[in-house]
Amino acid sequence: MSDKTRMLAAIRRGLGRDALDASVAAGLVTRLERPEPNRLPAASRGDRLTLLRRFAAKLRRVDATLQVLPRLDGVPEAVAAWADDAAAVRVAPHPDLQRLDWSAAGLEASFGPARGMDTLGVSRADAGIAESGTLALCSGPASPTTLNFLPDRHAVVLHADAVVGAYETVWAALRETGSEGCFMPRTVNWVTGPSRTADIEQTLYLGIHGPRQLHVLLVGSGLEGLETG
Amino acid sequence: MQPRSHAFPANVARALADDGLQVALTRTSAGFPKKRLEGVASLPEFELLRDQAEAIREHVLDHLDWYLERFAAQVEKQGGTVHWCADAEAAREAVLGICQQAGARTVTKGKSMIGEEIAINDHLSAHGITPVETDLGEYIIQLRGETPSHIVAPALHVSRAQVTQAFREHHLDRDPERPLDAPRDLLGEARDVLRERFLAADVGITGANMLVAETGTSLIVTNEGNGDLTQTLPRVHVVLASIEKVVPTLEDATTLLRVLARSITGQEQSVYTTFSTGPRRANDLDGPADYHVVLLDNGRSALLGTPAQPILRCIRCGACLGHCPVYQQVGGHAYGWVYSGPMGAALTPGLLGLPEAWHLPQASTLCGRCEDVCPVRIPIPEVLRHWRAQSWEQGRPGGVSRLALRTWAWLATHPRAYRLASSLAARVLRWRADGRGALGSLPGLGGWTATRDLPAPEEGRPFLVQWQERQP
Repeated sequence: MSDKTRMLAAIRRGLGRDALDASVAAGLVTRLERPEPNRLPAASRGDRLTLLRRFAAKLRRVDATLQVLPRLDGVPEAVAAWADDAAAVRVAPHPDLQRLDWSAAGLEASFGPARGMDTLGVSRADAGIAESGTLALCSGPASPTTLNFLPDRHAVVLHADAVVGAYETVWAALRETGSEGCFMPRTVNWVTGPSRTADIEQTLYLGIHGPRQLHVLLVGSGLEGLETG
Repeated sequence: MQPRSHAFPANVARALADDGLQVALTRTSAGFPKKRLEGVASLPEFELLRDQAEAIREHVLDHLDWYLERFAAQVEKQGGTVHWCADAEAAREAVLGICQQAGARTVTKGKSMIGEEIAINDHLSAHGITPVETDLGEYIIQLRGETPSHIVAPALHVSRAQVTQAFREHHLDRDPERPLDAPRDLLGEARDVLRERFLAADVGITGANMLVAETGTSLIVTNEGNGDLTQTLPRVHVVLASIEKVVPTLEDATTLLRVLARSITGQEQSVYTTFSTGPRRANDLDGPADYHVVLLDNGRSALLGTPAQPILRCIRCGACLGHCPVYQQVGGHAYGWVYSGPMGAALTPGLLGLPEAWHLPQASTLCGRCEDVCPVRIPIPEVLRHWRAQSWEQGRPGGVSRLALRTWAWLATHPRAYRLASSLAARVLRWRADGRGALGSLPGLGGWTATRDLPAPEEGRPFLVQWQERQP
């Protein structure tokens, strides 16, 4: 008997039943195929500006920095100013980022997954979650996961329109891209602030394995004043 | 990991006499409760979410076979492999087989309690494969040859000076004169050393905080980012997970994530929550080419349908450890195995058996703080009482304790004898106190009176008499 058979039999023995009745199983299938959000916190609700303000405030609380840009064109200049001693930058090969003029900002840009020596990385987030100041980044040909973790400094470009209230909005959007539960990219990263540890005497220090600094470049109009709260 | 739970009383004596450990425990005992309160205060819906979290976990356990099969099918549909392992040995062999097939020489590891449970590091080392822990706390204790003393903060018992010492002893290719006392130096050095390991590893092993049946996704929660470098850089990603970790949907996982970190560090979310589904896709630029999930039972299925079943709801937040008056005195190593504190005392007897672990459920005042702070509302004191009752049936405790408990039970169920005995005892105690109002020593209770006096009962009518007079 295989371990699988033994384990399933042991579970059913414990639960005092055989394999689930077809009718019960059908109910579970429905639960998976039409997932209902559980209770959403009030902090995930609000109009556009309320959510953007909350997102900005939460980012500050998790030690990330925020810069608002009216246009995407301003990204290279902003990255160069933020990382003022950097010459080279490793950038996610997303069309939005590839068409920017990096050299005009004095940065030598290359595109692709992060390598061991990269110290400055730029990614593009798929969503920002206002509830907790979390960035959601999905892996794919335009979004290598290593960029989110290897470089010392991580700048993330986020469109203001992609700021949502709750994590559940991201799941609903991903579900549209596939069927029968097959819609997840290899990796979905939720990133909430720069890397940290409390493993030395339970005191919190920023910057261990992941990026030591996280800088969010929020692109959109009418966002003046968001940076300072 | 070789269990030492049977030696709990001796472990406790050692822990209480360990000054360094006591300093570490004092340092942290106020920290976790305070952080949790701050985290809870930032979410008005917290209690309601706890109810939902409890319901999700209980629903899964009641349909565990179905959700596991569904999870496995989804993993396989997306090109991953699932290894069903009934016990620790099967899991060790499965992991070793994957590593050998990959021709692995070094393996990086994210924090995994299942890894500790099956003692995977020893097994890999014995077969010529070098495992490297990458969570800073786990790395520190690996250098020191120790096991975790807390499920979330594994190096809680280690002082900063000891970290410095461990780094100096093991990082021999570095300048012996380098400054290494400031936390900044320690963090920088750990980052550098482990960076090389991440890039060189052939296989990355992580745990799983949850498995999502809907999508075949495993997820991990870290603050350091080590788990992500562990699972993204090598060619092979192995996930170690026990069977009860499954949840139905991404929405359910999300609800649990809203209460998980809050309950221990007070964070709304940990820094990195990572959802992994299958191996890298055709157009992906990075990520592992192979994705394996090792599903471990190791005694858990036998807890289903018993009064201990609720402990399988546990999402390993660690809140109960930080709120337990016993854990705060003795630390995690005293428990003698992987899991410590209240959740350890409730789970370990189920996994190792009462002959090994019967002491652990006794080590509780049943004050109930663990249940109060548990995000999935596990009735831990009730589970502990279940183990105590089982243990009693099996003849433990024996000797004087058993005789004393039997006598107590007899007296407590025979009111007349109880009244007679208690009034007699009160008289004897007052006589022995000899007007001082307290007793400095008592035959047979030296352990109790060595550090404190026993107040002598006061003159007057006993409580039971007064109580009866007040009944209408």
